[in-house]
Amino acid sequence: MSWARPLVLGRLVRLAWLLPLAAVGLFTLISLAPIDPVQAYVGDRTALVGSDQRAAIAAAWGLDRPATERFGAWLGGVAQGDLGRSITYDAPVSEVIARRVPASLALIGTAFVTSFVVGTGLGIAAATARGGVGDRILRSLAVVLSASPGFWIAILLIAVFAIALGWLPSCCAAPPGLTLAEVGIGDRLRHLVLPVATLSVVGTAPLILHTRQRLVVFLDGPAAQHLRAHGLTERRIAFGAGLRHAVGPALNLHLAGAGELFGGSVLAETVFAWPGLGQATARAATGADAPLLMGIGLSTLLLVFCGNLAADIAARIADPRLRHPRP
Amino acid sequence: MTLRARDVGLSFAHPGTHPDHAPTRALEGISFDVAPGEVLGIAGSSGAGKSLIAAALAGILPPAALLDGGITLNGTPPSPRDIALAPQRLDALDPLATLGRQIRRLGGRRTDPAALLARVGLTARVARAYPHSLSGGMARRALLATALAGGAAWVVVDEPTVGLDPEAADRVMALLRALAEEGRGLVVISHDLPRLARIATRVLVLQDGRAVETAPAAAFAGDGTGLATAFARRLWQAQIEDPAC
Repeated sequence: MSWARPLVLGRLVRLAWLLPLAAVGLFTLISLAPIDPVQAYVGDRTALVGSDQRAAIAAAWGLDRPATERFGAWLGGVAQGDLGRSITYDAPVSEVIARRVPASLALIGTAFVTSFVVGTGLGIAAATARGGVGDRILRSLAVVLSASPGFWIAILLIAVFAIALGWLPSCCAAPPGLTLAEVGIGDRLRHLVLPVATLSVVGTAPLILHTRQRLVVFLDGPAAQHLRAHGLTERRIAFGAGLRHAVGPALNLHLAGAGELFGGSVLAETVFAWPGLGQATARAATGADAPLLMGIGLSTLLLVFCGNLAADIAARIADPRLRHPRP
Repeated sequence: MTLRARDVGLSFAHPGTHPDHAPTRALEGISFDVAPGEVLGIAGSSGAGKSLIAAALAGILPPAALLDGGITLNGTPPSPRDIALAPQRLDALDPLATLGRQIRRLGGRRTDPAALLARVGLTARVARAYPHSLSGGMARRALLATALAGGAAWVVVDEPTVGLDPEAADRVMALLRALAEEGRGLVVISHDLPRLARIATRVLVLQDGRAVETAPAAAFAGDGTGLATAFARRLWQAQIEDPAC
């Protein structure tokens, strides 16, 4: 693993300049957004809140100061481990994130594993049946899935499994009126099914096509032909030597797509009222909650960074040619 | 015990085309015998069908290929385990597996990769190496080691000297001769006629998919007057006059 150390160190150096750059970019975008946090807070009580009260709210949140000063204050807080206070939830940002991370991790983690297993499994099945009816059906399915918007899949799943059949709940992580601690594992899993199914679709379709393609290239290539010449069966070739050619790149692609998975979770959590970071992101965005958006944005950056690093490590483990690239 | 090819022909069908579109004939009337300890050389110009004979012997012809005539081993069709192939392309080695793993894949878990690698002149350390870290000559030898892994008594070697410097090419050819002397029957396909003639028992010369001559190796000497056909003589003379050979 002599290649791992320089890789990780190089990536950490990149993170060191990427984080402040992303923070400046994020803060600029939030400051330029045409949403007034005070108006978003006041909402339909406009007639009840006068200009003095609005000014007082703005002053309490520090919005009366110039953007550069606010950014400086936020940066000073971050240096001391304080991510600021969320306007939307009226609580410290770190607390909001910490409270919501487990629900998001359960959703994203389950969707990650599900889409990987289903996507690579179907991709391998399509490759071994290449040119046949099964292959064409699976490819068509992948193309349809990749062309289907996530929100449409969510509505379809709710319409069929929650409303028409009544098998699964369409909302929340637990039945209404109960907290997570009060429900059993079975109930938790039932609530997880539809959001996970919606989120899994995001990653499954490209995995089917990618895995199929990589395995087909191997199976039709000289290395597989060499194994055939020695009498190895198609099954042994595909599920022996071929598996590494298919699964390694699939894992690389999947890990590199961690950011897309988080993006999908914003939609899935909003549609299914899932109490995670995605839902908080949507609320923070509509409320121009700068501290919370900054906190979630930088957490997402770390998640994507870790995903990309894991993807690079996975690629090098799967393919020895990448470990010591020639200049 | 003899590997025998009798009147082997090969056509390529053109599925999806008009029924009048006749299959393309790629090989015609190929016959030879290879006994244990012998090296049959197969030579010919590019596109003559040399590698198709290797594919036919190894049983890996493409689906559109129609084989006729007979390839037999003691009168019965050989199984893929009877005839091993060391293919021409170095990328026939799996780039994602160590040589040791690849040898075990073909020979079984109990196979000792180090012993096989030693047999082809490579050190035991190569068992832990990946193909991309090997030189051309080492990769050729490694391909031979994989061909020997299953213990086949007949080995087909396709263009073993391509991409090798003269010294490495000589070493690989000497190794092939030694493998035959251990009792294996070898079919060696090569465009490198001078080196092939040095190790072969007989050389089959191909022209446009047809066997024009099967000559004893001794006939490939001097200006080739011992050869029966003008094509074989031209092929031989072209190579001995070429300073690259």
